[in-house]
Amino acid sequence: MNQTLSLLVENKSGVLARIAGLFSARGYNIESLSVAKTDDPTLSHITMVVDLEPRIVEHLLKLLDKMIDVISVANLSGGKMVERELVLLKVRVDPAQRMEILKEAELFRARVIDVGSDSYIFEATGDTEKIEAFIDLFRKYTIEEVARTGAVAMSRGLTSPHRVTATGRSK
Amino acid sequence: MSMKGARIFVECLLRENVEVIFGIPGGVVLSIYDELYDAPIKHVLMRHEQAAAHAADGYARASGKVGVCLATSGPGATNLVTGIVTAHMDSVPLVVFTGNVPTHLIGNDAFQEADIVGITRPCTKHNYLVRRTEDLPRVIKEAFYIASTGRPGPVLVDMPKDLLLSEAEFSYPETVSLRGYRPVVEADRRQIEAAARALMEAKRPVVYAGGGVITSGASAELLEVAELAEIPVTTTLMGIGGFPTVHRLSLGMLGMHGTWYANTAISHADLLFAIGVRFDDRVTGKLEEFAAEAKKIHVEIDPSEINKNVPVDLPILGDAKAVLQQLKPYLIEMRAKMPPEWHDERRAWITQIERWKREHPLCYDDDEEVIKPQRLIEEISRATRGDAIISVDVGQHQMWAAQFYRFKRPRTWLSSSGLGTMGFGFPAAIGAQMARPDQLVVAIVGDGGFQMTMQELATVAEHRLPVKVVIVNNAYLGMVRQWQQIFFNGRYSAVDLSLSPDFARLAEAFGIVGYRVTRPAALADTIEEAFSIPGPVVLDVHVAPEENVYPMVPPGASIKEMIEGQYKSPKTFQLT
Repeated sequence: MNQTLSLLVENKSGVLARIAGLFSARGYNIESLSVAKTDDPTLSHITMVVDLEPRIVEHLLKLLDKMIDVISVANLSGGKMVERELVLLKVRVDPAQRMEILKEAELFRARVIDVGSDSYIFEATGDTEKIEAFIDLFRKYTIEEVARTGAVAMSRGLTSPHRVTATGRSK
Repeated sequence: MSMKGARIFVECLLRENVEVIFGIPGGVVLSIYDELYDAPIKHVLMRHEQAAAHAADGYARASGKVGVCLATSGPGATNLVTGIVTAHMDSVPLVVFTGNVPTHLIGNDAFQEADIVGITRPCTKHNYLVRRTEDLPRVIKEAFYIASTGRPGPVLVDMPKDLLLSEAEFSYPETVSLRGYRPVVEADRRQIEAAARALMEAKRPVVYAGGGVITSGASAELLEVAELAEIPVTTTLMGIGGFPTVHRLSLGMLGMHGTWYANTAISHADLLFAIGVRFDDRVTGKLEEFAAEAKKIHVEIDPSEINKNVPVDLPILGDAKAVLQQLKPYLIEMRAKMPPEWHDERRAWITQIERWKREHPLCYDDDEEVIKPQRLIEEISRATRGDAIISVDVGQHQMWAAQFYRFKRPRTWLSSSGLGTMGFGFPAAIGAQMARPDQLVVAIVGDGGFQMTMQELATVAEHRLPVKVVIVNNAYLGMVRQWQQIFFNGRYSAVDLSLSPDFARLAEAFGIVGYRVTRPAALADTIEEAFSIPGPVVLDVHVAPEENVYPMVPPGASIKEMIEGQYKSPKTFQLT
């Protein structure tokens, strides 16, 4: 079962390697991973999706929490959350299909962000299910390239699992 | 004040009260060695970096302080890795310094370059690649703090050569600010009270104590609590010394080569009080059957160890010593209120255990022709009156030492228990002797393990360190041979060490007194004589080659399923 993990970490060299190493050392795959700095440039937010048993995830979260550079961890799948990812999809277009392809993309509220003589690049956002449906829709054409960000996620409302004070985390 | 990075390094170590560094110089750390030339820090030149890490480890285990080692880049750094993993597995506080190639050459496959930060990322508590000279004081301060607090462990600091040569303003930080690290946890009072009640109300309680008791300095408190609540205590391999071997409540060690009565008591217990332990596979055997009847309390400082292998009924997150201290007043109060039946029930449980101790003691067939390894350990125990620091390697001799030496105090048993590193015992003894110059330090090693780090005879000779090396020489990789005998139909593959050197003469080549003992009759006197020599000694003791360690829980089996030794006229290990 996919589980979405949210981590607040120091924005420093080596931190991602440390986190990824915890999974690779056990032969676990990370289904998706997205990392960038937050409003505070010293902090990065990581959203990770893993397909592992809850018992294993619970243990891994404790190990992640132990890392000096990891400030706070949470399993968002346990509660209410919003999850989004973004996809760029490049599709080959014959002149005869142009209108049809644009119409279909519109159903997903995808935007054209590049128009070539025989290609489009679409940008679409949504939860993972929607992104996959969007990609599936284009399989009948010739998909040239797909790049996905992986999920970014947050818990709903003001109940953030990550509350950081100047001296450390508070939970 | 502005000073060079190398000088800043030495100033930082002085502020951390570092007395001794174990290391080997090389190209990129020449500037540090130039500063060490007249610094008031002792440097012990080891003959291999692995031994430098083990010596720092032995220093830390014997003293409770942080052990420090230093190596150059590339091979110097990679040679440390076994020692770092050893310390990591056993939660030993080390700060490991490595030099690296100049910053502009990093990632360039430069001469003697290795990505030691990458290599040691999964086997350190934390590690650093220092990027600027002015970061050195903060990083070193953090390294010592992280290594020694919470659940201790090794921290590596990698310093490129150029930042040791360039200058920066030096001021040593007073405090550490790490928002992602909060090692101090205070146990919940309600859980303490619940634990106290469970301890008193249980009919067949057992304490299962580990390395955390030694680390937190909780052995006196453990003894008090065990006596107050009248609970028998078994220790893990890491916990040896945390509870006296000879005590009416002592069950000795549990696990694969634990005592029959410890494993049996665990299997009959209705309450398991686990403290500073991690339910390691060598302890538990088949997990589902480990203490299956017992409610489990787990006192542990590292949250990631709770519920890792075994589901726990009452977890207590906290430091072992603090928790035991908090338990005490509750136990005193509850004990005073216990009805007379409580004392009868406790007496019944302890009487049962005493019967098990009598019926299934540790034992062996003594022999007048050939020295039995168990007898060798008993003679060492007798000669040192249980007061020596015993540093062991890994294998049969390690298990016999764990079983047959009468430990009295914490930090007198140094053993690579988690990683099981052969070659650990002798260099760790060097570190222990540096930490405790006035105490007798005995390295009990196998003939296999000793040959992995015996180059350090040069180190003890140079410093006249009075380490006593006792080689339990059975001319085999003994534990592997035992497994081949039991599980592979006696097909002894690649375990024959009968062409080893004459270790006594080898010692003499290093200027060290060497003895070779082959006859049981000469054993006690030779040990007595050897241990009275003020300098280093090597005692090569030829023992029965095919003696096995028993009891033995086969790998993956329940700890109820012990193989016991078959003896004709067993000499039993006296627990009084």
